[in-house]
Amino acid sequence: MNSQTYREAVLALADGTIFRGTAIGADGLSVGEVVFNTALTGYQEILTDPSYARQIVTLTYPHIGNVGVNTEDEESDAIWAAGLVIRDLPLLASNFRSQQSLDEYLKTKGILGIADIDTRKLTRILRQTGAQSGCIMAGDIDVHKASQAAREFSGLKGMDLAKEVTTGVTYPWQEHSWTLASGHQAHKSGEGKYKVVAYDYGVKRNILRMLVDRDCELVVVPAQTSAEEVLAMQPDGVFLSNGPGDPEPCDYAIKAIQEILETQIPVFGICLGHQLLALASGAKTMKMKFGHHGANHPVEDIENNVVMITSQNHGFAVDEGSLPENLIATHRSLFDGSLQGIHRTDKAAFSFQGHPEASPGPHDAASLFDHFIDLMEVNRQGLAE
Amino acid sequence: MPKRTDIKSILILGAGPIIIGQACEFDYSGAQACKALREEGFRVILVNSNPATIMTDPSMADATYIEPVEWKTVARIIEEERPDALLPTMGGQTALNCALDLAKHGILDKFSVEMIGANADAIDKAEDRERFDKAMKAIGLSTPNSGIAHSMEEASQVADQFGFPCIIRPSFTMGGSGGGIAYNREEFETICRRGLDLSPTNELLIDESLIGWKEFEMEVVRDKKDNCIIVCAIENLDPMGIHTGDSITVAPAQTLTDKEYQIMRNASIKVLREIGVETGGSNVQFAVSPKDGRLIVIEMNPRVSRSSALASKATGFPIARVAAKLAVGYTLDELQNEITGGATPASFEPSIDYVVTKIPRFAFEKFNQADQSLTTQMKSVGEVMAIGRTFQESMQKALRGLEVGVSGFDPKIDTGDEDFAATLYNQLAEAGPDRIWYLADAFRQGMSCEEIFNITKIDPWFLVQIEDLIVEENRLQGSNLTSVDEKTLYRLKRKGFADRRLADILSCTESEVRNLRYGFGMHPVYKRVDTCAAEFSTETAYMYSTYEEECEAEPSNKDKILVLGGGPNRIGQGIEFDYCCVHAALAMREDGYETIMVNCNPETVSTDYDTSDRLFFEPVTLEDVLEIVRLENPKGVIVQFGGQTPLKLARALEAEGVPIIGTTPDAIDRAEDRERFQHMIEKLDLLQPLNATARSADEAVELAKKIGYPLVVRPSYVLGGRAMEIVYKEDELRHYMKTAVQVSDDSPVLLDFFLPNAIEMDVDAVSDGDKVVIGAIMQHIEQAGIHSGDSACSLPPYSLSESVQDEMREICKKMARELGVRGLMNVQLALQDDKIYVIEVNPRASRTIPFVSKCIGVSLAKIAARCMVGQTLEDQGFTKEIIPPYFSVKEAVFPFNKFPGIDPILGPEMKSTGEVMGVGTTFAEAYGKAELGASDEIPSKGSAFVSVRERDKEQIPALAKSLVALGFKLVATKGTAATIEAAGFDVQPVNKVKEGRPHIVDMIKSDKINLIVNTTEGRQAISDSSTIRSSAEQHRVYYTTTMAGGSAVCEALKFAGDIKVRSLQQLHREIT
Repeated sequence: MNSQTYREAVLALADGTIFRGTAIGADGLSVGEVVFNTALTGYQEILTDPSYARQIVTLTYPHIGNVGVNTEDEESDAIWAAGLVIRDLPLLASNFRSQQSLDEYLKTKGILGIADIDTRKLTRILRQTGAQSGCIMAGDIDVHKASQAAREFSGLKGMDLAKEVTTGVTYPWQEHSWTLASGHQAHKSGEGKYKVVAYDYGVKRNILRMLVDRDCELVVVPAQTSAEEVLAMQPDGVFLSNGPGDPEPCDYAIKAIQEILETQIPVFGICLGHQLLALASGAKTMKMKFGHHGANHPVEDIENNVVMITSQNHGFAVDEGSLPENLIATHRSLFDGSLQGIHRTDKAAFSFQGHPEASPGPHDAASLFDHFIDLMEVNRQGLAE
Repeated sequence: MPKRTDIKSILILGAGPIIIGQACEFDYSGAQACKALREEGFRVILVNSNPATIMTDPSMADATYIEPVEWKTVARIIEEERPDALLPTMGGQTALNCALDLAKHGILDKFSVEMIGANADAIDKAEDRERFDKAMKAIGLSTPNSGIAHSMEEASQVADQFGFPCIIRPSFTMGGSGGGIAYNREEFETICRRGLDLSPTNELLIDESLIGWKEFEMEVVRDKKDNCIIVCAIENLDPMGIHTGDSITVAPAQTLTDKEYQIMRNASIKVLREIGVETGGSNVQFAVSPKDGRLIVIEMNPRVSRSSALASKATGFPIARVAAKLAVGYTLDELQNEITGGATPASFEPSIDYVVTKIPRFAFEKFNQADQSLTTQMKSVGEVMAIGRTFQESMQKALRGLEVGVSGFDPKIDTGDEDFAATLYNQLAEAGPDRIWYLADAFRQGMSCEEIFNITKIDPWFLVQIEDLIVEENRLQGSNLTSVDEKTLYRLKRKGFADRRLADILSCTESEVRNLRYGFGMHPVYKRVDTCAAEFSTETAYMYSTYEEECEAEPSNKDKILVLGGGPNRIGQGIEFDYCCVHAALAMREDGYETIMVNCNPETVSTDYDTSDRLFFEPVTLEDVLEIVRLENPKGVIVQFGGQTPLKLARALEAEGVPIIGTTPDAIDRAEDRERFQHMIEKLDLLQPLNATARSADEAVELAKKIGYPLVVRPSYVLGGRAMEIVYKEDELRHYMKTAVQVSDDSPVLLDFFLPNAIEMDVDAVSDGDKVVIGAIMQHIEQAGIHSGDSACSLPPYSLSESVQDEMREICKKMARELGVRGLMNVQLALQDDKIYVIEVNPRASRTIPFVSKCIGVSLAKIAARCMVGQTLEDQGFTKEIIPPYFSVKEAVFPFNKFPGIDPILGPEMKSTGEVMGVGTTFAEAYGKAELGASDEIPSKGSAFVSVRERDKEQIPALAKSLVALGFKLVATKGTAATIEAAGFDVQPVNKVKEGRPHIVDMIKSDKINLIVNTTEGRQAISDSSTIRSSAEQHRVYYTTTMAGGSAVCEALKFAGDIKVRSLQQLHREIT
């Protein structure tokens, strides 16, 4: 870094804390809710996860950028995070798949970042005070302005972001999961066994890929697509994706899900989709103190009494105490006991709070996708009888 | 599923003596297992022949057997104790092999003992190369293209398939013993022959070469519900081709994308499932192609390992402890993550927010003739670990923690040397122990990252960081301290530069740099190791320093005692000192002090975060210690338990106002400074061998004439017997002065008259500053001239009169009082012609403290620590020497088999890596058992070759008689043969090597000799006979280089068939 022109950056928190560091990525100002993620790998997947919209992500592992970036590892076509906070941007990216350095990637995408700050101190602040509003400023620094911008950001509570990050158009998806030998291969169109409509509230590509892997013919629809339109496509199953922000204001989604649940079509939700399924079923959600963001979270599969190590990224959760009778808890976090999975007793509908699609993170919960396939298969046979 | 109630008692096997490839990491894991199982209410029975361990403390188990970890002995213990279960996964390869033998010989079935943790089939599947290969293919994972060979012919066929280079590994050997990389047919044949010989199953695995591939290790834990977690991913900086124990390794893995990492994670878990490790920790090693990410499984260890100890220290997740609990039925989610105070369960994967670097420490200086190149056979004797917020910081902290005379990337190459460019290239291409410094030199010489990568295949991610540090150094070079501003200094400190290194670059003193830094108010902060990257709060004070904003140390106002540890293991300073440090910490904690440990050795019990109240995982250097003292403000600092490492800091610490407790640094100096020591000896009217100090070769020769020969000669500036020799004649002295040392005014050579027929003794004593109590008198079994650390010894003495012993006690007490010892003192004495000579006094913990403590049933280290904080011996009720009513013998264990071709002769320079203990009602029985514990195998019949020096010939008749009585045929060189015949025994004469063929080495090589007793002295004679010893070592023929050793073997064989076992607890009850 020594030979390059040094640019200063600051991170201001709403509580007045100021961190001074080195600018990485673009110049300017960016505000959002400051969160931390403890995953050791997968920074590119994290940055491109639409669930991070309006969030400034602090990565707790100090060296971020070691393996550069590549087009295969993107979870969407943009960086959604409002900014990146790290301890150290390495001198070199080293990996056979690397196509660009993280620094250049941020710059190309116009995203701000700050490095060389005591990220552990920041993490401890966030742990103690809860997720806070913050502001990264790089280039021309005005600390006062940065602090003010941080204070003015109202937070994510009550904010419907799904609407903002969703696709504008309906599109089919045919790409498979990545393999070392052949990267991402495409599925032949029209040959999938199960027709699945996926609501895009900020969907991660790996969810779609894992459905394709399981022989699904996928159509991705915008967040505000009505149930009627979806049902008109005669899907075998409906998928509710992950996404950013507070689920409560997403009344259009809740309404659509309620209508879909009136049919027998299997429904599977992940993350925000999980929260929306809960809300549509009559349960309540709440804002967490600093949420779950990491790739090492143990989740108990209550029925089978086994532990899955999961990828997590959520700031809101379903309140287990609010579950109506037709919703049972299927999974719980072993970190804090919070609800991680639910299943309708009267419908073929279930959902999971963590990320079974991983990317980044362990693949332990991948079998949840199989359950969705099983439900569709059972439903199809039921219809045939 | 809570713990099993159908088992009540569990037998744990330890790893035996410290050897290369099996060091004190197994004391750490074994001690954790003992604690974990006892707190669950199980009766724990422990077997380990190594008395220097914490695990063999009588309080660690219900029944502790310091007996050989060998199936026949363990069978006797099983018969006696009738355990319900056997836990074989805590004691390294030794324990696994012993457990397999017990299963194979039907012992486990006979006594209905269940193997827990890993069963015999799983162990076999992981260890047997052919089965492992098949298993991996069955789950779709690649292994190196390889072939199995059971003979030279088969080996040669395999080699024809792959060509060279290829990698050869013998099955079932530890630390890769006997393996290597062959670049041509000649090397191939040498390695295969050795490997076939060393493998207990005469089996070789020959692999295609993956040299230059990246190497990773995954530490996996699995429970019986099939919950699997990865505790840590470790990346080797040194690529494939160098044993992971000899590689610099870094945690977490640095150069994998999430996609590649998850492939490896899934593969690791699959491997555990397929091999069938039901519960516990395992280590899986992978090679990854830097070109396309192709992943290959190299091996897996179905047990805790060196890497799991490292992973535990690196993450704060105690693998051995958890593995022990899983073995008795718990599942991961039922166990707590202790470091977060139980806020979270053990069923998670640690996340870390720092970088850990491990660097091995080598001891090639002890084995001059050894091949120093690093290959697939492990050669290092210890390791250092460092934690920093960045790779650069952790790397530089590790370098200074190594204690090899560097404080960072100190230059190695002498650019005045005309061949330096070639040397540099060779050092990069053929990795030796110092390659990391040559890398830095290569950057200094202007080589590019790419060039260095092409030669070394070290990932460029690491290389550029080292390059950057050299850029920083170059920028600083030539400037002076006053030009260094605050911003620059902060940047350098954040990159891990030691004050000392900056001082060297800026041509000033370390204290000047320190003062400048203090002037800026610049100090490190301390961050906690918490397994969770600060996601949860922790009360556990496991800390490391770094230069950041926030300090999390939160020091208390309690009375604190700080214990300085011993750093990385090396020959002469190993587990014994860690034992003492741990005991000091335990005693101080029991007495209500807050205890603080500072150490950087990841293998040890002292760096377990619950040994002390607060653990600083830091290099034991002046700078690092001063900062901790400044932060903690302890009431006292203990420097005398960690060996030379803390001791050599004593004066500097004292000068900075650090409150050193116990014997004063000045008293330590009085014992170590030759002249001051001599004054004391004269003042007390004691004897020491005639001696002198020479500052040139001629002066040495002149002085030698006055003192007389033989002489012990050594440089004054090194300790621990380095470069120490015995010379018998003037030309030998001249040769020594010319070749072995560089003598000058500043570094004189010390000459001591050598007492050739003396008996040597070690005495350990403890004093409260007033009263002195003898801990033990130990009589050496080898005659004078062999380093005390390499000599076997007996407690109590086996042939010394009471009056002589009393005189020794008086001498020691006099010296302890004179020096004002407060704490421990070790004295080495020699007895010749009824006169007692003082050879050496060390007012500090000695290597023998744990051995003595196990023998007498009292922890001398604890007593000494209490003396240091002001308790009297009277207060502690320790007022009388304890002489046990049984004999205990300590025997040394050597690493010669790791260094093919070197002469394994013993001398005044210490070479052993570990020790074992044998106990018996008679000296002979104890001796025999120690011998059994120390050697792999003692031949019980066949031919014994005897060749001894002139002055040992009078002992020939007795030895010949014993050997013949045991059924050996005798073979001897002419001189010795004549003596044997004269004594009335049959003997087959054989040529010495220089007498023409066929000679003795031919006989050894054709497996016609089973046992060798060979004593020799004098430079020429030693060199003439060295091929006998080195070929014996290679052909695994049992040999000894001392007469005492010869009679030891005979004693051992007498007791071999009739093993009596007694637990330490039983023995201690006999002490009145």
